[in-house]
Amino acid sequence: MFKMTPNVLRNLFFPKATRRYPLEVRAPFENVRGALMNDIEKCTFCSACALKCPSQCIAVDKKAATWSYDPFACVFCGICVEICPAESLHQKPEYRLPVAQRESILLKGEPGQKIEKSS
Amino acid sequence: MLKTVIPFGPQHPVLPEPLHLKLTVEDEVITEAIPALGFVHRGLEMLANIRDFKQMTQVVERVCGICSMIHAMCYCQGIEAIMGIEVPRRATFLRTIWSELNRMHSHLLWLGLFADSFGFESLFMQLWKIREKVLDLNEATAGNRIIVSVNVIGGVRRDLAPEQISWMLAELAEVEQEINRLGSTLLTDYTVKKRTAGKGVITKDKAFELGLAGPTLRASGVCQDMRMLGYAAFDQLDFEPVVETGGDCYARSKVRFREVLQSIDLIRQALSRIDQSEIRTKVKGRPQGETVCRVEQPRGELFYYIKADGTKNLERLRIRTPTFANIPALLSILPGMWLSDVPVAVLSIDPCISCTER
Ligand code: SF4
Ligand code: SF4
Repeated sequence: MFKMTPNVLRNLFFPKATRRYPLEVRAPFENVRGALMNDIEKCTFCSACALKCPSQCIAVDKKAATWSYDPFACVFCGICVEICPAESLHQKPEYRLPVAQRESILLKGEPGQKIEKSS
Repeated sequence: MLKTVIPFGPQHPVLPEPLHLKLTVEDEVITEAIPALGFVHRGLEMLANIRDFKQMTQVVERVCGICSMIHAMCYCQGIEAIMGIEVPRRATFLRTIWSELNRMHSHLLWLGLFADSFGFESLFMQLWKIREKVLDLNEATAGNRIIVSVNVIGGVRRDLAPEQISWMLAELAEVEQEINRLGSTLLTDYTVKKRTAGKGVITKDKAFELGLAGPTLRASGVCQDMRMLGYAAFDQLDFEPVVETGGDCYARSKVRFREVLQSIDLIRQALSRIDQSEIRTKVKGRPQGETVCRVEQPRGELFYYIKADGTKNLERLRIRTPTFANIPALLSILPGMWLSDVPVAVLSIDPCISCTER
């Protein structure tokens, strides 16, 4: 026990190691795989993300031009972001906030959207 | 003397995971221990028949949260061996770095839980405070904190920028300093030694006979570590397994403590020798054939058997995890122990139950 005492005393003179989350939030690191966002104007509803997602939490309906996503089943691996040909998906560096109720996200776009050529 | 049967677990304050032991005690001394497993069985191996072989990389990462990176690495190495894919050198170094970070945070987690098992709460908090730094390293470099998801068949998905490398080196130096400061408490403190030294001794012959794995085996004086096979970039690093001869709970904690420092050294070596190249090769076609792949997890030897038949799903995936090999050790040391020493003995083998049950 005595070997620990210097450590305990040291800690008295250092700032605390914990944060009063959610009142105090640490700035996120760059390129962290956080909340998944779809820029629905760019999405071509090709279904590539739905097919490749390992947890199968994306559903795409090309005819109705809808893209739905279950953030509670998502494992934040970023595979969908990597393969999206229209580059409409991206992950914010912040994590999703906790919610009381399970919900899924449904986005609606215009049918027949094409990949925009970047000039 | 009257015999009493005491259930230990599946929910118990020292257990991070659901392991159930039926302990027969006479007075306060254990005479028999019978394990019961299966509380967190998920049938994950069968998913190989449903998900395609590339998606399985993310699935096997979830066999175990704590050694997730190494599971995925082992799986990818297996598939790469079947398909004859050459992984770029830089990717193998990056895999080595992340796998050692994984080992560090796993061992720090264990050291903390171990301190907690004999009631040393402040040591537990200090160790987990250090672990937080390692998780930050993971988050900043790989994108996620624990299940880092950096492996992909044919390489890795993230690269390290030069400024990240220098930042990592600075952080590692701090981590090393903080760990060393706790070393004297963990290894020489009277109270800690009283609770761990001489408890649950496994001799070298017994350890070999039971077929143990990882730090539990090395603490009994057997020099066996899968990293000696030289997978990923371990063939290019100076690596000598950490071996202790005591065979007791104290020796097991010492092995893990020294391995944390060794991991820091390995990461430094890898960061200094990493070469510039691609990080990922393109994968074409589907695997056909079978292979066995072995790597060293924080808990010991991890073994994957993969059989692929040329379709997009695998025919069979078999995972053998180190805790499965180490449970016999626990059963052999428990009889004759005091009931109050059971938490220390159980934790000393570093049980990872969700790994074992998949
Ligand atoms: S988000 Fe990307 S991958 Fe998914 S349907 Fe839209 S365009 Fe295709
Ligand atoms: S991040 Fe991974 S799990 Fe989440 S939607 Fe994308 S592919 Fe699926």
